[in-house]
Amino acid sequence: MKRRDFIHLSGLGLGALMTPGVMAMGNPVSAERLIEPGIDVAAKKLLADTALNAAKAKGATYSDVRIGRYLSQSIFTREKNVQNISNTETFGVGIRVIASGTWGFSATSDVTPDGIKKCAETAVAIAKANSKLQKEPVVLAPEKGHGEVTWNTPIKKNAMAVPVKEKIDLMLAANNAALDNGAAFVNSAMFMINEQKYFASTDGSYIDQDVHRMWPNLTVTAVNKESGGFRSRQGLSTPMGMGYEYMDGTASEKIPNAAGFNSYRYSYDMVEDAITAAKQAKEKITAKSVLPGKYDLVLDPDHLGLTIHESIGHPLELDRVLGYEANYAGTSFATLDKWKSGNFKYGSDIVNVIADKTQPYSLGNMGYDDEGVKCKEWDLIKNGVLVNYQAIRDQVGILGENESHGCSFADNWSSVQFQRMANVSLKPGTEKMTPMDMIKNVEKGIYILGRGSFSIDQQRYNFQFGGTVFYEIKNGEIVGMLEDVAYQSNTQEFWNSCSAICDKDDYRFMGTFFDGKGQPSQSSAVSHGSSTTRFDGVNVINTARSI
Amino acid sequence: MAILTKEEAKKYIDKALSYAKADETEVSISGGRTGNIRYARNTVSTSGESNEIRLSVTSVFGKRIGSSSINELDDASLQKAVERSEEIAKLAPENPEYMPMLGQQTYPDSATFSPSTDKIDPDYRAQLAIDSIEPCSAAGLVAAGYLEDFSGFSASGNSKGQFLYNTSTSVDFSVTVRTEDGTGSGYAIRDFNDVSLLNSKDVTTVAMQKAQASKGAQAIEPGKYTVILEPTAAGDLLRLMFGGFDARNADEGRSYMSKKGGGTRLGEKLFDERVTIISDPANTVIPMTPWDGDGMPRQKTVWVENGVVKNLAYSRYWAEKKGVPPLSRPGGGGFGGFGGGGYIFSGGDQSVADMIKSTERGVLVTRFWYIRAVDPQTLLYTGLTRDGTFYIEDGKIKFPLKNFRFNESPIIMLNNIEAMGKPQRVGGSLIPPMKIRDFTFSSLSDAV
Repeated sequence: MKRRDFIHLSGLGLGALMTPGVMAMGNPVSAERLIEPGIDVAAKKLLADTALNAAKAKGATYSDVRIGRYLSQSIFTREKNVQNISNTETFGVGIRVIASGTWGFSATSDVTPDGIKKCAETAVAIAKANSKLQKEPVVLAPEKGHGEVTWNTPIKKNAMAVPVKEKIDLMLAANNAALDNGAAFVNSAMFMINEQKYFASTDGSYIDQDVHRMWPNLTVTAVNKESGGFRSRQGLSTPMGMGYEYMDGTASEKIPNAAGFNSYRYSYDMVEDAITAAKQAKEKITAKSVLPGKYDLVLDPDHLGLTIHESIGHPLELDRVLGYEANYAGTSFATLDKWKSGNFKYGSDIVNVIADKTQPYSLGNMGYDDEGVKCKEWDLIKNGVLVNYQAIRDQVGILGENESHGCSFADNWSSVQFQRMANVSLKPGTEKMTPMDMIKNVEKGIYILGRGSFSIDQQRYNFQFGGTVFYEIKNGEIVGMLEDVAYQSNTQEFWNSCSAICDKDDYRFMGTFFDGKGQPSQSSAVSHGSSTTRFDGVNVINTARSI
Repeated sequence: MAILTKEEAKKYIDKALSYAKADETEVSISGGRTGNIRYARNTVSTSGESNEIRLSVTSVFGKRIGSSSINELDDASLQKAVERSEEIAKLAPENPEYMPMLGQQTYPDSATFSPSTDKIDPDYRAQLAIDSIEPCSAAGLVAAGYLEDFSGFSASGNSKGQFLYNTSTSVDFSVTVRTEDGTGSGYAIRDFNDVSLLNSKDVTTVAMQKAQASKGAQAIEPGKYTVILEPTAAGDLLRLMFGGFDARNADEGRSYMSKKGGGTRLGEKLFDERVTIISDPANTVIPMTPWDGDGMPRQKTVWVENGVVKNLAYSRYWAEKKGVPPLSRPGGGGFGGFGGGGYIFSGGDQSVADMIKSTERGVLVTRFWYIRAVDPQTLLYTGLTRDGTFYIEDGKIKFPLKNFRFNESPIIMLNNIEAMGKPQRVGGSLIPPMKIRDFTFSSLSDAV
């Protein structure tokens, strides 16, 4: 699903006031259709070979084909009503070739030998036409064929197989719990994705993957009509590379945070969170407005993930560094000369950041990318020093490497694959430390949980982040809730102010379905792992205004 | 066959409706050609074209709604789509807010289609890219740009006798030009229904001039400044305020249009008295589809007059509940009508040059970037200037400025107007250049 379709569908981008519409991606189908099998793998191999042979016959020196069946289910509720249920399916083929040293791409929903042959021929024709404008031929990092392999997201319960009624009952129970605890309005939603992706290339790979993702979502609003005040508190769930087991509310996956309520790791308790959200939404209306100034920030993983995404994930995408995104998302401050120097201090010594496509339960968890490269983990920042970027087969040579990082993806069979962000995660601290231990050492600080407003410049220097809930820390203790908090900093300055990181027991993911990039824009799902982390002396502004 | 004629579309719709057994049925068909070309580093990176046609069926039993869609238009597929939609509807939970379908209405004329845009082909797109890249290469500058064009139709008919048909075209072109050393960057963007109005060379020239002029930017202290917002920059912020013109959110107390003590701010003077905002389906510079998402005819609407809020949008459900006529927002500008397109702002008679001349100390802004809501209650937004920010002193542009982060509300902005110019089409709306006092820049950015 593209982000703009999602916004149309949910209205989530509009102050979280949901206005369900029609799912723009895929054709609406029945819920039963979502658990029917697609065409079998032997048939896919035959179709894939048709594409590869047709491209070769027309002069392609390389080709890959993706046969994709994309299924989604989304359910929206508001207070005591179901607003919309949408089940969609889309099925088609994308074929990419190199001919005359140039990329060409074509896609079709006509998944027949004839349709695929024509599509492959179009891709070659486009490559040859575009070669007139090409300055240097495309050079791919080598990738050995993997033969016939499969990979599946390790799920326990296929969310598509769980009856819609069970999902609605859970959401309405959460809504009722919020209303019973003082909420004026509550919206809840569930989004479930199953991507059945088949990839084949002239390198000799035939890769069949079954990818599942799950995202429950909650927005609870409290209103004080007398004062004209209203505040919303988002749920503390996050999209995960999991099945419906994420909704089990397993006790062992509840992580008590330093503000006295539960955060969630690999399992979400929607009803419990709805109750907490209702109480906190009310509390937020009358909470103390923050005094602007310098504070030590203690950032929960569900908040910090977005900061990592914007200030580390994006600037270390090599295509941005090179200028391919200049007209849209922008370029990057993390230029090649900084990397080549070998001593660019991105962060303090304790900052170690990895990119990966392999962490279980993460959104990025995959077996292979859309170029047939086996997914892996690599270092981006080691002991605070910038050591690498995220790059794909036609770019990694620029870094002197001869193996792609395996992070090339397309958001649909009809879109062309390009470099997308891997999971970019901050490694936990090596010494035992809980968020409570961390706060004990903070004299003047703010503890921030959940995602809020986020904005960063086009080269990823200057950013401003809000959050969902804020707590004032005085002399090692939380003394109450704050409102109107946003912090501003510069990427390098901020990461160099990182002074403590909790250990692996506090490590959790924050994720998004909608990492947007490219023109036409494509969405990608990505997670960011971290433990609660402390940053010293960060500039906090007060965002209250009167109109 | 991407664009069906009115008669062809009606034939398919009527055929599908003939299979329907539900209480109410709506059949819509839309399709068209979308093309694009993208370039960066002075070379084309991707280009493509796709043709799509889709028929969608919505079936209603009581208040249970189902839908299905197909890409094939043979009789068997039409029948299957109707049957599937009806099966889904029967299993759906009731939607208590469902409003019955409308019969035929009287619709305004449409001017959304342009034959010249319909004729765009891959050669046109390639030439546009070459015309944009070549002058940049020759001047030692680096261009990155994107063109997207659309030509298509939409039609819809229902079991109550409503039938709608419209054709439309659009073209969106943007270009970022950077100096080779990365110390200067400029930008320009245009959108039209009629591509013959687009001169990509002129648009690129604007971006080139800004790239060269923005080299060697200097820092000044953040704070409150008088700003001159070019129409693109003004539009970036103003389009964000229309989500609040929704009566239901205002009535529910969760909008900046909510009144203290309950009710809405309809009738209150919220803006400077020079602010008048209307939407008008008869305006040919920003033509719009003659009907809204509910099949209601679009009508000329005064949203703000001399600073006073005159109208809020009512969905059919909320209008019935409140006993008022329904009124939709104008739509356009993408995001299913949420993009903020279709609004016409009153302007003034000053040019940007006049505004600069009368400014003792101020900042000229080309565009804003990465704008995000900070507080929905006050409509406070944050974001940054980008691709051409300049310092004005004693009526002249003195030097290029490092970019700023702002924290500002369009509501506050529209109370601090110093001057306005002639409105121009920006993102499907007509927006004037504006001179605004006390605009809040909160920090500096090193980004170019």
